[in-house]
Amino acid sequence: MSDELDIQPALVGELLISFLREEVSSAGLSRAVVGLSGGVDSAVTAALCARAFGPEHVLCCLLPYRLSSPNSERDAQLVAERLGTKTRRIDISCMADGYLDQERIADSLRVGNVLARCRMIVLYDLSVEWKGLVIGTSNKTEILLGYSTQWGDSAHAVNPLGDLYKHQIYQLARHLELPAEVITKAPSADLAEGQTDEDDLGFTYEDADRVLIRMIEGRRRADELVAEGSDPELVRRIAHRVVTNQFKRLPPVIAKLQRRSIQHDFRYLRDWLR
Amino acid sequence: MDLRVALVQSNPRLGDLQTNLEDHLARIDAAVADGAQLIAFPELSLTGYFLKDQVDELGQLPDAPLFEPLLERSHHASIVVGFVERSPSNRLYNSLAFLEKGEVKGVHRKVHLVSYGMFDEERDFAAGERFEIVESELGRFGLLICEDLWHTPSAYLHFLNDADFLLVSSASPARGVEQPGPGLASQRTWDTLLGATSLLYRTWVFYVGRVGWEDGIGFGGGSSIFDPFGNRTALLEGFEPGTLSADIERAVLRRARVETPLRRDEKPWLLAAELERTLARMRGHAVDAKTDER
Repeated sequence: MSDELDIQPALVGELLISFLREEVSSAGLSRAVVGLSGGVDSAVTAALCARAFGPEHVLCCLLPYRLSSPNSERDAQLVAERLGTKTRRIDISCMADGYLDQERIADSLRVGNVLARCRMIVLYDLSVEWKGLVIGTSNKTEILLGYSTQWGDSAHAVNPLGDLYKHQIYQLARHLELPAEVITKAPSADLAEGQTDEDDLGFTYEDADRVLIRMIEGRRRADELVAEGSDPELVRRIAHRVVTNQFKRLPPVIAKLQRRSIQHDFRYLRDWLR
Repeated sequence: MDLRVALVQSNPRLGDLQTNLEDHLARIDAAVADGAQLIAFPELSLTGYFLKDQVDELGQLPDAPLFEPLLERSHHASIVVGFVERSPSNRLYNSLAFLEKGEVKGVHRKVHLVSYGMFDEERDFAAGERFEIVESELGRFGLLICEDLWHTPSAYLHFLNDADFLLVSSASPARGVEQPGPGLASQRTWDTLLGATSLLYRTWVFYVGRVGWEDGIGFGGGSSIFDPFGNRTALLEGFEPGTLSADIERAVLRRARVETPLRRDEKPWLLAAELERTLARMRGHAVDAKTDER
């Protein structure tokens, strides 16, 4: 019997490859830039891009900081080698410390955000050199929970994973035959030694996915989730994160003053005549 | 005599009439060369789907110059295309045009605009108000656009008017990738609807879907043909543009209708009387303070 979280990975892979080709070509490009962290999300994005554009048209960027785990870089390297993509390694320590040391910033939240935004700067700069589009690696679970840095890892042109829960990313990773190392290790933002996402969040991805898929896809209310067996405290915390992080999912707010205002009633798709 | 049908599963470029027209002409020429007598395109095939403010920029009267090269080709085959129709009073409709022997034989304006979930058609389009048969030299065609089929009276009215063929043109977003499948949940739903329609109304059903992506929304394709017994006899698989070609054996329609004469036995006058009673009851309810639903 299949689990409520299970997808048809071959079908999803086929759709996402078609999506990447079409949305990147809409931008007048045929190459991709992916920041490879050593984790499962960026590995899946890179694998989809390699299939969509050919590995020689994908630039995988390894962007370590001096405190990053060497295992992360090793796993990222392994993924890029397995896929046969181009690789660039750029150490962001000087760039980040130039600001962090000068301003004596030690708060781990601020440091994490600065690192994510430094990586964004490098990816967007390399996208000009490489003539490719920055492809996102954020999954639906973390977007809904707001577990990301605004204008950092959440900054990208096109995102193939944004409608897949974490469990489904793992299914796709197995279907794409990614190295076991990136599939089996605990998910981590790698901002501190031994840090894991699940410690940060205070619940497991498995638990979060099960609540989110019923809440979002199944339109269950909080009381219905609890009646179906979910922990009330978990439901409350997840619902709170979903609501309070809505700002991260939307473009900046524009004050309407004129007759036709951008984002309000000047209504065109990105793919407008592209 | 058989009828050769070509259902063109295209991927229009959003808002680019000229490019889309050229794509239509190339695909029509190829289908004509293959002997097609009916060549049908998806909903809004000349414009793309999520048009929003582009609707007004793209609206065409049915006698617009845009149609000239299509009308010219309609001497070789009957052609159905999707477009934004501008009325003389500047209402804009989501329409299908049926072109044959150099003439616009009929236009269907989408009646059931869809405005829920990801859709916002009622904001951009005026709704059509009739279901008329197109009397083609190939037979009697009932045209429907996507959501029209979800409202059972649409196909029923074509059935009462003795349609031989229902042509459903669609731009249906691909969705539902969950297990167990197989395939898209949205496609399985269409199969159920199309199969039931052909079975209950004893008509051939031609479904023309589109493919491609518009700002992250993919279209599910799934162009297919159902015979008057409710069986799917042809399907275009995958998410690439292409043409589904098939030969329709006309005698199947007779066999299906003789075997199960549902149209002969239908009682539209009973429906009319029951509808009158139901409407009277609903009018009574409308003044009931408990509900403002009609």
